Amino acid sequence: MKLLNRFLPHPLLTLMLTVIWLLLVNRFSLNSLVFGFFLGLLIPVITQPYWPNRPKLKKPLKLISYTLLVFWDIIVANVTVARIVLFMPNSKRRPAWVEIPLDIRTPEAIAMLGGTITMTPGTLTADISAQGRSLLVHCLHAPDTDEIRDEIKTRYEARLKEIFG
Amino acid sequence: MIIDILIAGFVAVGGLFGFVGSFGLLKLNDPMSRMHAPTKATTLGVGGVLIGSMLHAWAYEGHISAHELLITLFLLVTAPVTANFLAKVFINQQTKPDDLPGPSACSLWATHDKPEHHRTSEQPTDT
Repeated sequence: MKLLNRFLPHPLLTLMLTVIWLLLVNRFSLNSLVFGFFLGLLIPVITQPYWPNRPKLKKPLKLISYTLLVFWDIIVANVTVARIVLFMPNSKRRPAWVEIPLDIRTPEAIAMLGGTITMTPGTLTADISAQGRSLLVHCLHAPDTDEIRDEIKTRYEARLKEIFG
Repeated sequence: MIIDILIAGFVAVGGLFGFVGSFGLLKLNDPMSRMHAPTKATTLGVGGVLIGSMLHAWAYEGHISAHELLITLFLLVTAPVTANFLAKVFINQQTKPDDLPGPSACSLWATHDKPEHHRTSEQPTDT
């Protein structure tokens, strides 16, 4: 088990690197599968000393449903924002700063939450507090800032908390 | 024929959202709001064109192309970082700590939390 840990420190990263290599090659063959797997074994071992506190994913499968949810939200929110940009006069728009207090503490989870907030149009992660306890988010049009804060917390942060544990 | 219409449809949707993104850059009237526009163009704008491209490769070149998925992946990883850097520059140059809603748990946002601030607060009495 210790030997396995040493040569396969992060199985999920190995899998991801192999898949990315196959996608880069763009044509499936045994040759590239073996080479991709070789890279997937090598890179985590080499980079291990530079990334000592890798998070262990509690529920990696939930990442799939999370990704699908984010993709769906991106599509819906894009249409909403397009409507705001095209049809709402600037004088009626209410841009606002919103503070999102964080329950998650893992840096990787916070980075993912920040990325999600930016990618779902209408909100944009601007900064994190000096102690890493809350995020500063800018909203394109926010008549009710509490609503946006609650939505981000229940929709994204709660799920990330489950995934990263 | 149907696949042609589908491909054209996806490319047109991509172009439309690309247009909305650049139009927003012109129309919106403050720097932070303007930054919202490019994130729109990278998500649905590029996404629509990429889906069209994948359909085209599948229907006309007879193979499944996966590079588009990788482009999407890399865009999703890099676009928020760019936006975050631009926002930090704006916060650093054009706002003061009092302009923003303060973080409740502590006193400052990371961009305003500068090293010289610490130095002066830690050593208030200097010769």
